[in-house]
Amino acid sequence: MAAALERHLLRARDLVDSRYGEPLDLRRLAREAHVSPRHFSRSFRRVFGETPYQYLLSRRLERARHLLRTTQMSVAEICLEVGFTSVGSFTTTFRRHVGVAPTTFRQAHGGPSPADRVPLCFVKAWARQPQGSG
Amino acid sequence: MIDAISHVGVWVDDQDEAKAFYTEKLGFEVREDATLEEFGGYRWLTVGPPGQPDVNIILSAPVPPAIDAETAKQLMALVNKGAMGPGIFRTGDCRKTAKELQERGVEFTQEPDERFYGIDAGFRDPSGNEWRLVQPIEYDIETLQRAQANGG
Repeated sequence: MAAALERHLLRARDLVDSRYGEPLDLRRLAREAHVSPRHFSRSFRRVFGETPYQYLLSRRLERARHLLRTTQMSVAEICLEVGFTSVGSFTTTFRRHVGVAPTTFRQAHGGPSPADRVPLCFVKAWARQPQGSG
Repeated sequence: MIDAISHVGVWVDDQDEAKAFYTEKLGFEVREDATLEEFGGYRWLTVGPPGQPDVNIILSAPVPPAIDAETAKQLMALVNKGAMGPGIFRTGDCRKTAKELQERGVEFTQEPDERFYGIDAGFRDPSGNEWRLVQPIEYDIETLQRAQANGG
């Protein structure tokens, strides 16, 4: 049975989940899904309800929040680890989506919490940005 | 009183493909594989991990007459785009098992990652169902929080 378009698009989304720290571009993701970049972007949004960039951003910010809470890595190190190339851009984006600066988030949420009981797959799903939030 | 979970269902595109994946790649055993000609060729296919004989995974293909063609299409579109599940498998060594499965060609969505509850990796079956592979770690949040509060 030929794989459905959804299955190919899912492979591209999975690539975001596993390679979010790398400079992923539309061409690379589209190649993973075996479609043209233009078709990819449109199809991804139709199937998953958000753009590839929004999904990538959600993944990077979820990972950044995890690292801020659970490690002693500096904000600059975390910024690079999750795929941002400038601390300024990372801090601005983090503040826009999470509501506070990374250092403030760490002070408020650092260390173990009951949320750590929740398996990662559910955290990843619930850490997505609501549509229209930027 | 309900005693236990004995069967859980998973929708798959192709039962032959799924059977090969769950047995040859994951190492599960086939529990039942029966085609019922009197029910239009309905195929009852279950698999499970060798160490847990009382839990079975039903690998079902949504086909008429049980499910109409349009519903089956919608259902599999959800599976194919990763919207169904997930389920969690337990392992004694997440990194080792993940490496073994990757060598057999299993598509991993996430490399083993240390979380508070254990080491957690993710992979998909050929249809798009996501499974987690978790090596649990015994922990106690309250103790960890107290240790942190004390500067530990």
